[in-house]
Amino acid sequence: MLELRNVAKMVAGDYHIYPTDLAFERGTLNVLLGPTLAGKTSLMRLMAGLDRPTSGSVFFDGADVTGVRVQQRNVAMVYQQFINYPALTVYENIASPLRIAGRDSASIDQAVRQAAELLKLTPYLDRTPLNLSGGQQQRTALARALVKNASLVLMDEPLANLDYKLREELREELPKIFAQSGAVFVYATTEPSEALLLGGNTATLSEGRVTQFGKTIDVYRKPADLVTAKTFADPPLNFIDVIKSGAFFQHQDFDRLPVPSHLLKISDGAMTVAFHPHHLGLSRQTEGAAPLKAVTQISEITGSESFVHLDYNGVRWIMLAAGIHEIDPDTQIELFLDTRHLMAFGSDGRAIAVDAVA
Amino acid sequence: MARITLDHIRHAYGPNPKSAKDYALREVHHEWNDGGAYALLGPSGCGKTTLLNIISGLLQPSEGHILFDGKDVTYLSTQARNIAQVFQFPVIYDTMTVYDNLAFPLRNRAVPEAEVDRRVREMLEIIDLAGWAKRKAQGLTADQKQKISLGRGLVRNDVNAILFDEPLTVIDPHMKWVLRSQLKRLHKQFGFTMVYVTHDQTEALTFADKVVVMYDGQIVQIGTPAELFERPTHTFVGYFIGSPGMNVMPARVEGSAVVVGGETIALDYSPQVKAGDRAELGIRPEFIRIGREGMPVAVNRIEDIGRRRIVRADFQGQRIAIVASEDAEIPAEPRITFDPTAINIYANSWRVGREA
Amino acid sequence: MQKTWNNKAWFLVLPVLVLVAFSAVIPLMTVVNYSVQDTFGNNEFFWAGTDWFEEILHSARFWEALQRNLFFSFIILALQIPLGIFIALNMPKSGIGVPVCLVLMALPLLIPWNVVGTIWQVFGRVDIGLLGYTLRALGVDYNYVRDPVDAWITIIVMDVWHWTSLVVLLCYAGLVSIPDAYYQAAKIDGASRWSVFRYIQLPKMKRVLLIAVLLRFMDSFMIYTEPFVVTGGGPGNSTTFLSIDLVKMAVGQFDLGPAAAMSIIYFLIILLLSWVFYTVMTSSDANG
Repeated sequence: MLELRNVAKMVAGDYHIYPTDLAFERGTLNVLLGPTLAGKTSLMRLMAGLDRPTSGSVFFDGADVTGVRVQQRNVAMVYQQFINYPALTVYENIASPLRIAGRDSASIDQAVRQAAELLKLTPYLDRTPLNLSGGQQQRTALARALVKNASLVLMDEPLANLDYKLREELREELPKIFAQSGAVFVYATTEPSEALLLGGNTATLSEGRVTQFGKTIDVYRKPADLVTAKTFADPPLNFIDVIKSGAFFQHQDFDRLPVPSHLLKISDGAMTVAFHPHHLGLSRQTEGAAPLKAVTQISEITGSESFVHLDYNGVRWIMLAAGIHEIDPDTQIELFLDTRHLMAFGSDGRAIAVDAVA
Repeated sequence: MARITLDHIRHAYGPNPKSAKDYALREVHHEWNDGGAYALLGPSGCGKTTLLNIISGLLQPSEGHILFDGKDVTYLSTQARNIAQVFQFPVIYDTMTVYDNLAFPLRNRAVPEAEVDRRVREMLEIIDLAGWAKRKAQGLTADQKQKISLGRGLVRNDVNAILFDEPLTVIDPHMKWVLRSQLKRLHKQFGFTMVYVTHDQTEALTFADKVVVMYDGQIVQIGTPAELFERPTHTFVGYFIGSPGMNVMPARVEGSAVVVGGETIALDYSPQVKAGDRAELGIRPEFIRIGREGMPVAVNRIEDIGRRRIVRADFQGQRIAIVASEDAEIPAEPRITFDPTAINIYANSWRVGREA
Repeated sequence: MQKTWNNKAWFLVLPVLVLVAFSAVIPLMTVVNYSVQDTFGNNEFFWAGTDWFEEILHSARFWEALQRNLFFSFIILALQIPLGIFIALNMPKSGIGVPVCLVLMALPLLIPWNVVGTIWQVFGRVDIGLLGYTLRALGVDYNYVRDPVDAWITIIVMDVWHWTSLVVLLCYAGLVSIPDAYYQAAKIDGASRWSVFRYIQLPKMKRVLLIAVLLRFMDSFMIYTEPFVVTGGGPGNSTTFLSIDLVKMAVGQFDLGPAAAMSIIYFLIILLLSWVFYTVMTSSDANG
């Protein structure tokens, strides 16, 4: 288990990582999700031992490893760039950490072939990395990280330089590969959809702070605060500032929204209500859907669905509607909001605790 | 803005190409409308960047001609073609201010300074950087830099086409949404001809009126996002568009029915598949309904990806993916039905239409 | 895993510290020591305070030599930096030409300083040297032993021949790191060759140029070998630079006190001017 206890990193008087507590179990995949410069890479460097925290300590399997250098920890890293030895064959690339460790060639051979099989590299073992596609190169780097039998594997946006479809395939394979290993996996990404596809646990990061950590789907469904909700939403979340009074959310001068049952118990007052674009629709899908009016801006078609960018009383919204809808700009349309998944946040940005319908 | 004609274009990087294999671009013969938004979509190595470079004039095709509004520009240099291009990594002139960056292409063409000022100010408004005019371009964020690259292209009113080479690669997910919709709005407003290269289907589909799907040096299909999604003409398009891609399974056509394993599925037409041709059935995960009715499947795994769930299942010995909504109930002994209008039949990987 | 955040690493640095102490700090302290004392031999020393410094700063000989140094460095920078950039811009970016050019460029840098001196000394001689003889045959009255201007030209040509490659190699490294997209964008924007240089290549070369200017300034300001080998400071005092003067004073006249004071002044001037160059060039970077 990897534990960060009150770990912080300051550079020139500024916090790059605010004091953070995190615990990652062995055999789990832990996603660090946040935009560029949120602190994902800094946090990983602290975990690996490439940087020493300004304060706090790092524990691995119960032992304090805060000062231990990266060479003496059993850590593997995979980067966004495909880093392999260009002059060595795929086989030798995968074998390299084992050769450094001085393992005998029979056990190296076995480990390399096993890793190659897992990552579908067996047909390419004799090639050099430059004769491989990007996906195969990154698979080689992954195999090298796995074959080390490292207790901690850190991956910094490993799929960012790959084609969309290759990413999709590797994303599907990765959780299976992780499940077979007993290591702690940490995976940094900027894309919420990637975190959701990978599953496991997610820690959301924003401006050097871990805003929430938990099962990926729980963090997505029940963000603890507005920052987490915004970080973990692609397409972006939609917001309205409302005043709750009794059974209605009152928007200052326009529509009234019925308060869904899961939010009925919260106390009245000003709050921000948020929902995902796919909870808006052009037709009434559920009984409790609330009608609203908004002005269209741009429609984007993705095949079976349409993203319609909206102006709701001066606020930018996006609707993800089923079917193909090419709506002219500047048209007033009626939409329906499925209120069952509404999230409510207080003026301090904290989620107002309720049990939403899962 | 211009109509772009690609007249029997072939390109090989090596000298003396002999077989089709030697060509990075096998044969492209199309006409792209003035004011259209086209996306070139395909995996790396499919030839999309080669085609873009041929349009921009960085490459001269080994064979064929390229015409802007009927005028042959095959042998014209990039400068002489009057095009604008936005690259994968933002290209800005670090030492200049935002204003000077936008004025640069105009001043190079000796546009009078009063006119330069008018156009630059107008462009600053359009790309939402009016408050940044006097700032050095160096310290800006990636999305602001990308907007400047775009602005440098748009500020010239004589451009024939604007080319985009994976312009959103270095942009954070949230900013992608903003930039994309701004770009789309600009296109609606000014109606320039745009060509957008990407490997990301979401970008391609949301951006373009017409998506050009390329594979192995060839254009496999040109169509609207809806056409590509509903009627992929090749199984590659089915696989490449959509996430997860289309389920393709071996099948046998019997009149107006199709047989997959032990299941017979009725169609409302009779696909014409020649004897000896490899027949396949294609159905998108979005068009499979999972519930208590229909054909039995064995569910292996359910991936909850937030707004929807991907069900991985075995159907008649085939691995298939099914997309279910986040609120859908998946029963213990699930059964599936295929939306009959969404079934496509393929013979040797090419779609057999209703019309045939 | 044990905690190894210890001080062992310092032991590894120790040899270097000792080496630096012996090679730099101790000699420097000796120089400081000499500069404030007077000696008549026999290891007898008398406190001289700032006398030597005042003497040096009031001597016309020092200021003349300093002027020569400044003028020389100015000419060297004015010639080598533009020439280096120009050659770098015209070097091939790919193909077989790259290694060929790089090797050609690296050659002068590999030749030891005294050999360079000797080569040019012989090369320029009017009786047996190819250059000197040819020039004489062409009717050019060239004689670096007699004519101060010819002596200067010879030394400058030597230095340019010897060190321009360094500037070329640094600039080339800066140039090849510019992504192709920049050149394409410039073409599309209709930029002229000059604009491409001014707005893309020069800004991207800035960091390496800073290093090149600093290195070439410091090195040219400390010029010693070339005049020592070729002209010996003459004709007259025309090529007597600070370094030559210093050696004359210390070794020739055995005036250790003034020589030490002069060394320190010399050292401080180099430090000051390097700092000025650095600040000027980096501050424009910070604003830009």
